[in-house]
Amino acid sequence: MSPNDFKTGQDAKHWAEDPRVRDEHRERERERERGDTYKFVESIHFCCTIKFTMFRNQYDTDVTTWSPAGRLFQVEYAMEAVKQGSAAIGLRSKTHVVLACVNKANSELSSHQKKIFKVDDHIGVAIAGLTADGRVLSRYMRNECINYSYTYESPLPVGRLVVQLADKAQVCTQRSWKRPYGVGLLVGGLDESGAHLYYNCPSGNYFEYQAFAIGSRSQAAKTYLERKFESFVDSSRENLIKDALFALRETLQGEKLTSSICTISIVGVGEAFHTLDQETVQGLINEFEVVGEEPPADEAAPPEQGAGTEAALAPAAPAAAAADEGAPADQGVAPMDI
Amino acid sequence: MNFADSASAMKNLLGSEGDSQRTLYPYVTGTSVVAIKYKDGILIAADMGGSYGSTLRYKTVERLKPVGKHSVIGASGEISDFQEIMRYLDELILYDNMWDDGNSLGPKEVHNYLTRVMYNRRNKFNPLWNSLVLGGVKNGQKYLGTVSMIGVQYEDSHVATGFGNHLARPILRDEWHENLTYEEGVKLLEKCMRVLLYRDRSAVNKLQIAKITEEGFTISQPYSLKTFWDFAAFKNPTVGAEGSW
Repeated sequence: MSPNDFKTGQDAKHWAEDPRVRDEHRERERERERGDTYKFVESIHFCCTIKFTMFRNQYDTDVTTWSPAGRLFQVEYAMEAVKQGSAAIGLRSKTHVVLACVNKANSELSSHQKKIFKVDDHIGVAIAGLTADGRVLSRYMRNECINYSYTYESPLPVGRLVVQLADKAQVCTQRSWKRPYGVGLLVGGLDESGAHLYYNCPSGNYFEYQAFAIGSRSQAAKTYLERKFESFVDSSRENLIKDALFALRETLQGEKLTSSICTISIVGVGEAFHTLDQETVQGLINEFEVVGEEPPADEAAPPEQGAGTEAALAPAAPAAAAADEGAPADQGVAPMDI
Repeated sequence: MNFADSASAMKNLLGSEGDSQRTLYPYVTGTSVVAIKYKDGILIAADMGGSYGSTLRYKTVERLKPVGKHSVIGASGEISDFQEIMRYLDELILYDNMWDDGNSLGPKEVHNYLTRVMYNRRNKFNPLWNSLVLGGVKNGQKYLGTVSMIGVQYEDSHVATGFGNHLARPILRDEWHENLTYEEGVKLLEKCMRVLLYRDRSAVNKLQIAKITEEGFTISQPYSLKTFWDFAAFKNPTVGAEGSW
C-alpha cells in the first residue's frame, strides 16, 4: 500500500463530492454571486452542521491547513466569534469619532465586562468577541502608542497603529502553534489627517469606515448607519452621539435603551478620548428621544413598529433581525463572551 | 590549577572592558552652528571647516543636511559621528516614507528622536560626540531646537553650538526679533559668523546657510564673508594686556 492510497481511500473521500453537500455548496455560491452575503455567512453554520454529522471536516483542525475550496476554517470560525459578542458600533465626522457598545452582564449576579478601552489621548477601541483577547490587543496598542510618544513626543498616527495591529492578527493565521484572535476591534482616533474609524478583524484584514457596527444583531445597526452615513461627515458632535444611540438601539431588538446597558465614548478635536458617564448618557437618551419625535411608549416596542424617523427602516429591520435569529448562540448570553 | 582558573577569569573580567571600543575623544571636528527663527521659517549657518585636532585639515565639510521634507540638521563636533547620525536619520526617513500614508515626521519628531539617540549613547558611556541643531517648519509651525552629546535638549528662537554659544548668542539676544525678514536674518547670521571667524581659531571663511520654510528647504552654495583685519587690536592683540608679552 503506497502512501497515496491513504489520500484516495474511502475514509478520505472529499466531502464536496457528496451530492447533498455539493448542491448546498452550489446554492451558496449562487447566493454569494447575487450578493446575498448574509445567507452566505449562514451557510458556514449549515455546512459545519452537515459536515460534523456526516463527515468530519478534515480541514478545520488547525489554522494553517487550506480546504480544497481555498478556505481557512479556523480563521472563519474566529470571524464568527466576533458575531457572537454583544454589539459595538462606531461612526465619525470630520472632527469626531464616537464609539458605542451594548454591555450585557452574563449573569444576574455579575456586572458587565468593559468593551471600550482608551488606548491613548487620541485613540480608543471598541471590541466585540472574546473580551480577553480584546484586552490583550488593547494593551499592545497602548504600548505602541506610549513607545511612539517616548521616541517622537507626538501621537502615533491611527492608520499606522491599525496596520501594526492587523499584522499582529495576520501572524496568528499563519503559525501552526497559534490561534487567531477571537475579537473584532473598532479603532477610532484622531491624527494630523483628521478623524478615522477602522475595523480590524481576526483574519488580519482591516478596513476604514465612515460608520460601522460589529457583534450580534449588528446588521440592524448597519442598516440604520447605511441609511444615514452620508450626513455624518459634517455632523456635529451631538448629532454623532445621537446617531450612535439610535444605531445602538437597533441592535437591542425592542429592549429599552438605557444608560445601564450601553457605553458611549468620544474623541475629537480639542477633546481627548473619554467615556461619557452614565448620567450624561441617560440625559442624552432622554433628550434625543424628544428630538426624534417618538412617543416614549414606542421604546419598548420592536423596531419594526418604529414610527417617525425610524419608519423608513421598518422594511429592512425585520428581515435582518429574522436572519440574525438563525445564528444559534444569538439568544441570551453569548457563550464566547464569557 | 584553581589559581590559574581564577586568574584567567579575572583577566577576562578586566579584559572585557579593555576590549570594548568607545569614543574617548573626537578626531575630526566641525565648529559652531548658529541658527535663528525668522518671519517665514528657519535659517541655519555653519562653516565648512574640519579640524584634525587643532589643524584645519578639511575645507569642504558639509555640516548642514536635510532631514525629510520639513527639517534641516546642523552639526558640530566629530564629523564621523555626524555621518553615523545621518545614516540613522536617512533610515528613519526612508521607513517613514515607506508607510506612504500621508503622515510624515516633522522637525519636532526628529529632534526628539535625536535626543533619545544621544542620551542612549551617553548612557552606554559611548557618546556621539556632537552638538546638533535641528530646525524646520511643518503645518505652519516653526521649530528650532538643539541637542548636546549627552542628550541635553532645548528649543529656542535662536540657538548656537560650541563657541557660538559664547560669541553669537549675546548678539542674537540683542538683535533678534520674531519678524526678521529673510535678508535681515541672513545679515544677522553673517554678523555672528564673522565674529566667530575672527575669534574662533577653528572657524574657516567658507560657509553655508540653510533656509527652511513651509515650501521646503534650500541649502546655499558655499561662500565667503568680507573681512577686515586692519583693526589696531588685530595687529597687536596683546598690547596693554597685563601679564602677556
